Amino acid sequence: MNTVTAISPRHAAGQRQRERLFRGATLAAALLVLLLLGGVTLSLIVGAWPALAQFKLSFLTREIWNPVTDQYGALAPIYGTLVTSFLALLFAIPVSFGIAIFLTELAPAWLKRPVGVAVELLAAVPSIIYGIWGLFVLSPVLQRHVQPWLIEVLGPLPLVGKLFQGPPFGIGILTASFVLAIMIIPFIAAVMRDVFETVPDVLKESGYGLGATTWEVIWQVVVPYARTGMIGGVMLGLGRALGETMAVTFVIGNAHRIGTSLLAPGTTISASIANEFAEAVGDLYTSSLIALGALLFLITFVVIAAARLMLMRLERRALSSA
Amino acid sequence: MNLVSVKRVLVAAVGAVAFAGAVQAADISGAGATFPYPIYSKWADAYKTQTGIGLNYQSIGSGGGIKQIKAKTVTFGASDMPLKPEDLKEAGLVQFPMIIGGVVPVVNIKGVSPGALVLDGATVASIYMGEITKWDDARIKKLNPKLTLPATTIAPVYRSDGSGTNFLFSDYLSKSSPKFQSSIGANSSVQWPVGIGAKGNEGVANMTTRTDGAIGYVEYAFAKQTKMAYADLINKAGKTVAPSAESFQAAAANADWKNAPGYYLILTDQAGPASWPITGTSFILIYAVPPDAVATGAALKFFDWAYKNGGKMAAELDYVPLPDTLIQQVRATWKAQIQGVAL
Repeated sequence: MNTVTAISPRHAAGQRQRERLFRGATLAAALLVLLLLGGVTLSLIVGAWPALAQFKLSFLTREIWNPVTDQYGALAPIYGTLVTSFLALLFAIPVSFGIAIFLTELAPAWLKRPVGVAVELLAAVPSIIYGIWGLFVLSPVLQRHVQPWLIEVLGPLPLVGKLFQGPPFGIGILTASFVLAIMIIPFIAAVMRDVFETVPDVLKESGYGLGATTWEVIWQVVVPYARTGMIGGVMLGLGRALGETMAVTFVIGNAHRIGTSLLAPGTTISASIANEFAEAVGDLYTSSLIALGALLFLITFVVIAAARLMLMRLERRALSSA
Repeated sequence: MNLVSVKRVLVAAVGAVAFAGAVQAADISGAGATFPYPIYSKWADAYKTQTGIGLNYQSIGSGGGIKQIKAKTVTFGASDMPLKPEDLKEAGLVQFPMIIGGVVPVVNIKGVSPGALVLDGATVASIYMGEITKWDDARIKKLNPKLTLPATTIAPVYRSDGSGTNFLFSDYLSKSSPKFQSSIGANSSVQWPVGIGAKGNEGVANMTTRTDGAIGYVEYAFAKQTKMAYADLINKAGKTVAPSAESFQAAAANADWKNAPGYYLILTDQAGPASWPITGTSFILIYAVPPDAVATGAALKFFDWAYKNGGKMAAELDYVPLPDTLIQQVRATWKAQIQGVAL
């Protein structure tokens, strides 16, 4: 079947031309990304400038957010964004890890597909649905059954107790973290499962061949092999948690305050923007909201950069040890 | 599918596109407040069946509406907060009221039925400043000598999203309490020192109904439709009034519109024995010298039609139409101030 035909010079020239065109088109597509990124950065900086020029560094260190007196500080939303994302990861990582290990190593073949599809479907649910569900279904349950218990049992403890005091509103930092955790579990679980599937069977079989138990194979073969990819999955989840808007807005309680209790209402950067931008009148007010957006951009950028660095270091170590 | 039916579908599709384009050209465009959106779209529906002219109204919020009209991307802007006369002059805009709404305090106290609790502005302000924390506080008991109030902690619930509802409520509390005015003030979003923020009317209603001892505030239509336990208020004349279409209209009718340049008048805390104290109007903004006189003329025709025929539809959605005297005054304003438009 393989017949080699001589290429005529004219044909070759046409092909070269097409190749150049194609190369140019892909280059343009790639440059477009840079252009967009630059445009977004520039417009954020320009928009945020009046607020930053007015408040300088105090924009980052003050808790006040008062549209009446035109005084703005971003500390409460920064705190809320970081704490809810951190707690969400704390809840989501063990569960996602369990899902991924179960699906790749332990599940009977007939269960793998349905559970796998279910995880992917969860990832496709729009965030507004999670928000409404969180407000109307989850938070009454937390308010009636979980939070009173937390306040009664954990509240009086020294140190830790401070995190679980105050009235049980049902919504607040903790509820927002729960909803975020549920939202990022499918992302982290799906990535972890894919990474675990790349572990060569030969490695696992050698482990079993040496008499290792399933536990030992998972912790000493699968996890070390897949570590980089797992971190990538976690970072993907973190990225989503930092920027999630709609679901959080419904359940966080939207107060520009920093409470010691996890049950207290708080706010996040994206929730503040979503809540207030439409009705914001006045240049300093809108500029402060845009400055919040620029901050979120910066935080996300730092997180991604840190993740990249961590991955690079891990890869280098893996190379040098190999 | 055979060839004939393919052709038929294509013809229909092309026809639909062409038709949509033709209608689009005559549409009235506006943007702004979310509060009046349901009634504006109901009016628009009825108006379109009668005249064939549609309304493209984007409910992007009052702030957005003001920005859009200033950028001249829409024919009219809509805002729940009136612009000050000097701002109107600077931007070359004419402002007039379109529809009345009211804000109602709602509570969730065991054993207290709708309309049983009586509050006044100063007391509500103290609650939202965190100075009154129990329902059996002496100041609340004094207003309700016949009620047995529990010692439950008060859980204040507020609107977290910037809204006209927030503005009316905080404006009323500012007028009722000098301390509230100096420490918090009136705006579409303010920094509440206590309580929890819920998103939208539905969020406030939901948080209030399920939190024991909660107090919140929602638009009248919402309080009525969800049958929540609302509180009566003591108005400026010292009378106890219940929230109703009549008490909102009384507030609008008692207001001194004649001496309010640019209709800059906030209807909270109005005089008159029957006036509901947290009443507000939603405003329309239009250019005095319209960049497109035809479009502005079409918009004014629509508003005129709504004044004439929209009352019943408004009542069905629990909005309150303007009193007749005010409508007459608005028509005179159009004639006097908007140039180059035939009415």
